[in-house]
Amino acid sequence: MQVDLRILRFDPERDAAPHWESYRVEAEPMDRVLNLLTTVKAEQDGTLTFRRSCAHGICGSDAMLINGRNRLACKIRVDQLGKKITVAPLTGLPVVKDLVVDMDTFFSKYRSVMPFLIADSPAPERERRQSQADRARYDDTTKCILCAACTTACPSFWAQPSYVGPAAIVNAHRFIFDSRDDAGDERLEILADKDGVWRCRTIFNCVDACPRGINITRAILEVSRAVVERSV
Amino acid sequence: MRIDHDALVIGAGGAGLWAALELARAGVSTGVLTKLYPTRSHTGAAQGGVCAALGNQEEDHWEWHMFDTVKGGDYLVDQDAAEVLAHEAIETVIELEHMGLPFNRTPDGKIDQRRFGGHTRNFGEGPIKRACFAADRTGHMILQTLYQSCIKAGVQFYDEYHVVDLLFEGGEGGDGGRAAGVVAYRIADGELHTFGAKAVLLATGGNGRMFSITSNAHSLTGDGMSLVYRHGIPLEDMEFYQFHPTGIYGIGILLSEAARGEGGTLLNADGERFMSRYAPKAMELAPRDMVSRAIYLEIRDGRGAGPKKDYVYLDVRHLGRAVIEEKLPDITEFARVYLGVEPLTEPVPIQPTAHYAMGGIPTDLRTRVVRDEANTVVEGLFAAGEAACVSVHGANRLGTNSLVDLLVFGRRAGREMAAYCRAAEAPSIAADVEEPVRSELEALRTRPEGESPSALKAELATLMMDNVGVFRTAKMMATAVAGVAAIKDRYTRVRVRDTGRIFNTDLLEARELGYLIDGAEAMASSAIARTESRGAHSRDDYPERDDVNFLAHTLAYRGEAGPSLRYKPVTITRFEPKPRTY
Ligand SMILES: Cc1cc2nc3c(=O)[nH]c(=O)nc-3n(C[C@H](O)[C@H](O)[C@H](O)COP(=O)(O)OP(=O)(O)OC[C@H]3O[C@@H](n4cnc5c(N)ncnc54)[C@H](O)[C@@H]3O)c2cc1C
Ligand code: SF4
Ligand code: FES
Repeated sequence: MQVDLRILRFDPERDAAPHWESYRVEAEPMDRVLNLLTTVKAEQDGTLTFRRSCAHGICGSDAMLINGRNRLACKIRVDQLGKKITVAPLTGLPVVKDLVVDMDTFFSKYRSVMPFLIADSPAPERERRQSQADRARYDDTTKCILCAACTTACPSFWAQPSYVGPAAIVNAHRFIFDSRDDAGDERLEILADKDGVWRCRTIFNCVDACPRGINITRAILEVSRAVVERSV
Repeated sequence: MRIDHDALVIGAGGAGLWAALELARAGVSTGVLTKLYPTRSHTGAAQGGVCAALGNQEEDHWEWHMFDTVKGGDYLVDQDAAEVLAHEAIETVIELEHMGLPFNRTPDGKIDQRRFGGHTRNFGEGPIKRACFAADRTGHMILQTLYQSCIKAGVQFYDEYHVVDLLFEGGEGGDGGRAAGVVAYRIADGELHTFGAKAVLLATGGNGRMFSITSNAHSLTGDGMSLVYRHGIPLEDMEFYQFHPTGIYGIGILLSEAARGEGGTLLNADGERFMSRYAPKAMELAPRDMVSRAIYLEIRDGRGAGPKKDYVYLDVRHLGRAVIEEKLPDITEFARVYLGVEPLTEPVPIQPTAHYAMGGIPTDLRTRVVRDEANTVVEGLFAAGEAACVSVHGANRLGTNSLVDLLVFGRRAGREMAAYCRAAEAPSIAADVEEPVRSELEALRTRPEGESPSALKAELATLMMDNVGVFRTAKMMATAVAGVAAIKDRYTRVRVRDTGRIFNTDLLEARELGYLIDGAEAMASSAIARTESRGAHSRDDYPERDDVNFLAHTLAYRGEAGPSLRYKPVTITRFEPKPRTY
């Protein structure tokens, strides 16, 4: 089938402003948008620029705005989108070129919540024990691939770019609710800040956007509740 | 621009990150250069597990793991290296748990373990639960945990820096020179940077993108392997390339062996469990080379399924919803998303997919790069992970042993480099060292006409898939050798269409194609010269293993008229080579 593909293009070396370009691409229903982008780059315009690596939804390279929603280009199929497909870079991060955005602020937000295990007790000879129930407590938030689809779909982030954003909270959750970790309080203090959890307005865009199916709003709610419990 | 560190780590997958962590802990000034953001590295795609003889589920010993590794590798494994692997697997897995890795747990809270192909109890008696896992996201969790630990330790990253050349002092790398740093292309603005260092680690991963059906990421183009090859250092055992039995039909995305470890079966068009003919004892859990060959033979003999009779089925229906959704969630989703198949109710079409390079940059047990059959060390240059060949995988890698390799030898690399840096003097680097690679890149970027690199890459991938795949004949390999030489020649005339400086992926993809061609050249030439069948290298004209002539590692050196080959003996300590049956 023929697909009408519209891509928001911007080359800082040539363009004053972003502009739409249209391409006609021959595609199979099971093709993913990444296949279309690769075909355009190989056959029609070699300057089309996007990030990609794993091509199966596991590395987080190719989140973009596809038909109005944030998704991974390698995971969304033509038959799920129809014959007219529009692709634009993620919203709210500076565009470097075409579909490539500058991820530096996104990763610095991630780093700001201390996304690493802090255990005070000396490491035992063997593994630290953890019950299956304790392990299940934070399973959902271990799935995050840092694709930024959630944060860049969040109206609170667009309105207030200093908001730490859903992705960072998800990764804080992963440690706060890990029974082996002893630094939950410090993380909660960071997230109690004005740019922390309170900026969440439970709009659910993040949950819609997450390619890993993480229940982000629930994670944020659990963290908010822990912040409250800690301050009383 | 010029930047100096004591140590440089090239690549931020599992191997590079653990090395960086050790260097940071030792207080050595270190820079990690990676062409992808670290969490995009393909270690994150590993699904099934990482083996260590913890004995959490049943009695186990590292000697058993060592034996399985040696036998699985069809006795081409260096046994001193396999001993290090199996032994240190235990402490590295425990250390990962201490760093926070969320392993699945047994009812008493220990790390859970499951079965994996080729891993046995008591020197081959029957399958054993040795693979430690975190659902089917083990690699993802390893990558995340190591990256998080690196953040905690304050490791300095240079994200999206593409290393395009290696620097040596006092001669070429293959000729007595000592590592002095690298040249890197900053993707954001196209600037070249010279990084000076005493010690350089290559942890750049595999090169599966030289094949058309592969489980490998687009970024796996064998950069580190090619860069050493261009500096006169040989590549070891390149003919041994693993085809994983269960790639998604037509695309190659991997469905982990964990599916078979949990009890999934393989069926041909007639619904028959055909493995009973090839490995009656181990069945679907025979090593990968055997299972891939069995699939190939079923298809060749007309028992393949589908309109073209060119695939077989992976069947997990009988495992039930609970096991499938709890232990195999990601691969279930892959089948749904990429094939539109529901594994709960339908068998999944699969075919062998190019997966893992057993060969690579030759190193000794201390991860130091060596350049000849006497194991002469290239001072200051180190390699670990899939890019390296120590050799723990020999002619065929066992499932889960790559992750073990990353952990054990990544850690060793970091410690070894830290010690080396304390003793070594900083090398001196001339001012114009960037020039050769700058002119190569400029020529590529500004060539006014020529053929498309992406079309040429597709040709290379089809050529290699058809001729240096699961089964090989002299004629096929001769086709590959000639075909690669022709592609190499045409490559000198390709034209890049993006002539910009900012985020020029068109240019970098063309550069990477050159690396793939180097790897394909070494692979095809090494393969045709090995007139035996061993592990993943299987040819119809020489169906038997030949220990008299080929119990040896191939070393392929770059040459103007194609590679020249030399051979290096295999280290045998505990286990004399025996016929390999399962
Ligand atoms: C789908 C899949 C599933 C797998 N499952 C398992 C499993 O269950 N168990 C197991 O043991 N093994 C498994 N493997 C194999 C294993 O995952 C890989 O062999 C291993 O992760 C490789 O790790 P690495 O650190 O060597 O390289 P990678 O993780 O591939 O990282 C390479 C790094 O090098 C960088 N790089 C490359 N070239 C350059 C350059 N020119 N300049 C700068 N940086 C560069 C990249 O940015 C990246 O950071 C699997 C592999 C695949 C593909
Ligand atoms: S939570 Fe989901 S959407 Fe957000 S960064 Fe992680 S994987 Fe992406
Ligand atoms: S390319 Fe890796 S997530 Fe899409």
